[in-house]
Amino acid sequence: MAHGHKVKRYSGLKDWLTTVDHKKIGILYLLSGGFFFLVGGLEALLIRIQLWKPLNDFVAAHTFNELLTMHGTTMIFLAAMPMIFALMNAIVPLQIGARDVAFPFVNAIGFWTFFAGGVLLNVSWFAGGAPDAGWTAYAPLSTATYSSTHGLDYYVIGLQIAGIGTLVGGINFLATIINMRAPGMSFMRMPMFTWTAFITSALILFAFPALTVGLVAMMFDRVFSANFFEPTNGGNAVLWEHIFWIFGHPEVYILILPAFGVISEVISTFSRKRLFGYSSMVFATVLIGFLGFMVWAHHMFTTGLGPVANALFSIATMLIAVPTGIKIFNWLFTMWGGSIRFTTANLFAVGFVPTFVMGGVTGVMLAAAPADFQYHDSYFVVAHFHYVIVGGLILGLFSGLFYWWPKMFGRMLNETLGKIFFWLFFIGFHLTFFVQHFLGLMGMPRRVWTYLDGLGFNNLNLISTIGAMTMGLGTIVFLINIVVTSAKPRNASNDPWEDGRTLEWTIPSPAPEYNFAQTPLVRGYDAFWKEKMEGKTEMVPAEPLGPIHMPSPSSLPLFMSIGLFIAGLGFMYAKGDYGTGAWAWILHHHIVAIFGLAITLTCMFLRSVFDDHGFHIETDEILRDKGVKA
Amino acid sequence: MMNRWHVLKRVMPLLVGMVLLLSGCGRADLSTLRPQGPVAEEQFGLMKLTITIMVVVVLIVFAIAVYVIVRYRRRPGDKSIPVQVEGNHKLEIIWTVIPIVLLIILGVPTVKSVFGLAKDYTHDPKAIQVHVTAHQYWWEFEYPNLGVKTAQELIIPNDAVISVEAKTADVLHSFWIPSLAGKTDTNPGGNVNTMYFEAPKTGVYLGKCAELCGPSHSLMDFKVKVVDRASFDRWVAAMKNPVQLPDDQQVADLLNKQCLSCHAIGDKGVQLYPNLTGIGSRQAVAGILVNTDDPKYKNEGSVEDNLKRWIKDPQAVKPGTQMPKVDLTDDQIDAIAKYLAGLKLEY
Amino acid sequence: MSGHAHVDGKLPHEPEKATLEGRNKVLGFWLFLGGETVLFGTLFSAFLALRHQVGDGNPTANELFELPTVALATFILLTSSLTSVFAIQSMHTNKVKSMLWWLVITVIFGLAFLGLEIYEFNNYVHEGHKFSTSAFSSSFYTLVGFHGAHVLFGVLWISILIAQVLKKGLNVVTAPKIYVAGMYWHFIDVVWVFIFTVVYLMGKVG
Repeated sequence: MAHGHKVKRYSGLKDWLTTVDHKKIGILYLLSGGFFFLVGGLEALLIRIQLWKPLNDFVAAHTFNELLTMHGTTMIFLAAMPMIFALMNAIVPLQIGARDVAFPFVNAIGFWTFFAGGVLLNVSWFAGGAPDAGWTAYAPLSTATYSSTHGLDYYVIGLQIAGIGTLVGGINFLATIINMRAPGMSFMRMPMFTWTAFITSALILFAFPALTVGLVAMMFDRVFSANFFEPTNGGNAVLWEHIFWIFGHPEVYILILPAFGVISEVISTFSRKRLFGYSSMVFATVLIGFLGFMVWAHHMFTTGLGPVANALFSIATMLIAVPTGIKIFNWLFTMWGGSIRFTTANLFAVGFVPTFVMGGVTGVMLAAAPADFQYHDSYFVVAHFHYVIVGGLILGLFSGLFYWWPKMFGRMLNETLGKIFFWLFFIGFHLTFFVQHFLGLMGMPRRVWTYLDGLGFNNLNLISTIGAMTMGLGTIVFLINIVVTSAKPRNASNDPWEDGRTLEWTIPSPAPEYNFAQTPLVRGYDAFWKEKMEGKTEMVPAEPLGPIHMPSPSSLPLFMSIGLFIAGLGFMYAKGDYGTGAWAWILHHHIVAIFGLAITLTCMFLRSVFDDHGFHIETDEILRDKGVKA
Repeated sequence: MMNRWHVLKRVMPLLVGMVLLLSGCGRADLSTLRPQGPVAEEQFGLMKLTITIMVVVVLIVFAIAVYVIVRYRRRPGDKSIPVQVEGNHKLEIIWTVIPIVLLIILGVPTVKSVFGLAKDYTHDPKAIQVHVTAHQYWWEFEYPNLGVKTAQELIIPNDAVISVEAKTADVLHSFWIPSLAGKTDTNPGGNVNTMYFEAPKTGVYLGKCAELCGPSHSLMDFKVKVVDRASFDRWVAAMKNPVQLPDDQQVADLLNKQCLSCHAIGDKGVQLYPNLTGIGSRQAVAGILVNTDDPKYKNEGSVEDNLKRWIKDPQAVKPGTQMPKVDLTDDQIDAIAKYLAGLKLEY
Repeated sequence: MSGHAHVDGKLPHEPEKATLEGRNKVLGFWLFLGGETVLFGTLFSAFLALRHQVGDGNPTANELFELPTVALATFILLTSSLTSVFAIQSMHTNKVKSMLWWLVITVIFGLAFLGLEIYEFNNYVHEGHKFSTSAFSSSFYTLVGFHGAHVLFGVLWISILIAQVLKKGLNVVTAPKIYVAGMYWHFIDVVWVFIFTVVYLMGKVG
């Protein structure tokens, strides 16, 4: 084999901007997702400060609507999704014994388009006002008639760009998991986290295009005077609700399934016990994914779809409780008879189980349509979905971060600070959201800027605000933990928790560029555990040691997303009164948008025309990495 | 660790229980937990059923969780390897079948209730027909069979089914009377939603907009006033009585020019914005400035004071409202407020 | 493993699946088409929900559509699907020249289709059926226009691939690209069959 290609490897900032390595992309996702998580959290705190007492005027009414819209949008699309992708990128290839994802280049595109979309969305704060129609952006409030600032333009275009990133990311992981598994890693031997990543990716593939169409239609309404959702010209506002929730409900499962996966891994590892009922777990995951597409109209019980639709969607929604219940009991019985070690990761996982159950049961309560006529759009719903998303997804994410931090960074997070973080966050979380159930039942609608005095809402709102502050405090402790940890030496061993069961714990922490010096041979479920139980400390290799082919880094993904960013701004500002100068001509004729799209298309053209030959990591370098052992 | 878990698990419900005890279940005229009519009663019944089942489920999970956490925690230095159980078909069948049974118990009354509450009273001659139109940020109530139109305060008799047809004049809103009837969205276009309820007990109930509709979404309150039949009939008649304009011709001209160009009072004026007939006897001004002779909170005051406050600076009361700051001197505002506060309906 | 393992040797029967990269590409593209299906499915749903919202005084679907033109466009596009099959068949038998010719014919058919579509849209606009006229017109142009944009992209894409094969020859790197472009072209045709049925035929009958 000819290995004559020049080895293209960058370092420093250039390395990060051009990397196609899934582990580095994972870290990029984590950093940017973490940043947006802090932004969204800050917005949440401002919301809670405004609501701590009745008739407060800490922020203005329209600012409050911007805050609640951006809090929801940021948390879902710019914090939760990328942090899920961070874990999937960092871990899934390692868990299936792959050297990389199926499309490393596309992986980078996925990250950079998400990032461009996220930045674009947040630019709105500094460009005359953020979107203010809720993260659901219901028409007609979101149409040009009732929302004349550019806020909603940033929403529809920013989310389209970010959505491209999510979609290609989903396709990438599907292809990776189908095609790139190590020898012996059959589907029914895959770790649970990989399984949930697989199903989540499938949900992304089938849900996000629907959102894209909705956003495109709304963009056409706003920018090109189309009439999809504009009632005065025959448009249909309820159509937006359908499109949004056909995407939006699967999105909930897109978010929660990877958390289920993390919890399965963490509980199993720290109970030193095989996951109870693995095959029923897989089955439940697939079933949840499937049912996730059949229940969107339970967000629309009060829309007036009629009793037949309401009854059907009620029943379908209740059915989801069955596979979810299977999962809960499987986790409990994984711990049953185990030897449970309470690391921070496991505290989050164990805390997750009862918390998520509470979110789940309120979900079943909401499924009863006639009762939902009361719950709908009240604080009860706010409490419910925060139990599912914060109590479910976010606890799961933190569990996963503590668990896999050594594998991602080579350092163990501080356990004492970790536990302080857990308790502050956990108690703060329940304080914040438990009382909100009752606020809703007592008649407080959601998304309210303020409430009148004397309605009996004061105490519970105050408690909720105190809880939110406690969560904020916990998050600060976590940030301190990260700083403290990053100052320590990189000394995590291959299997720092000592009870690792899956393939990622067979390789150094952090993993080398090529992951596995030799692709491992998988001989059963919990591949590493199986070897350990037979007294071995390493996997059996499935191939001889040899040079490893790697894809080249590339700056094209970055420039493609910059192109989309520019095009987005161009579309937004095409309409408007700019006088008669050259600048007005350029904007009115979509020159900016065309210029941006041209950048992106040129990048695609270059990628197609110039083959990427990649480079090879030679055997002696791999041996050097392996150190004395070789 | 264990103790903390234990303590937390035990203390949390106590704390929560105390909080709830302190705040009760909310106000009887606002809370879904204190239903005041058969429809809300039925919804509350379903809520109680689901809550009961769900509390049982939660308790079982909590009990197992606490037991497992306490019993199977790792002792220091424990190097033993637990038995690697693959699963247990019997158990797995149990926790699949039991939830299904619970869901059937829950599903049957749900479906029954869905169809029950969807009953159409819009052509029932005995029902009171009300057309609700939501606006940014006020409510319009029209009684098509009675030829009456009012705003912000829905007056209904306590002995009839109230049949609501709801739509919007602008963006989505949601018509919600927590203690009486649940809610229905108000859709634009020809898409009209129906809902019915009954209110056997006379009194005033609070209604809210439940769908984000703009800056003053949180301030888009309305009232439902339930009266007996005789009084309701008197109200309908009073609404149609001719209205006396202010005796002072200057004030009357001002009113004609500045108010009645958008609003109607009785047979006078235009029906574009909230009808002001009998505004002096309403519960609130602009839906949220509560009228009372004994003001306790920031949003309370006498009718006249509230009217002055509202007319003087509508944006300060309801950000984004379409009510303009009318070009009036303080004296003129006082005179108009005084006149409007005197517009009381006897019923 | 590496993408150029077979460059010098004889091409295998299915060159698009000879390498892991090639297999990934084909699988990934199938998945992408799955997403595209949802995309067009949603566009169709929106169109079906809005197609009767014509508005007063605007031309209805029945008045607008000229079936002969559309039928011709359909015929052209379906034929191009066939020629793209011939191209892939030639690729599988390693007849590079014939593959290239079939691809060129496919591109020409694609351009002809686009020409007809532009002509058709132009007529509609002159009859008062503009993008912003009604909910019907917006959803019509969005659905059919999205398809048209896909055809345009396909034409450009296949043209670039033709140039690449001329320069680099047919090998295990270019073969998956051609194969995937062929899949894309079939997908566009299938979508058009639905558009022809749902938009035009159903528009004619009411």
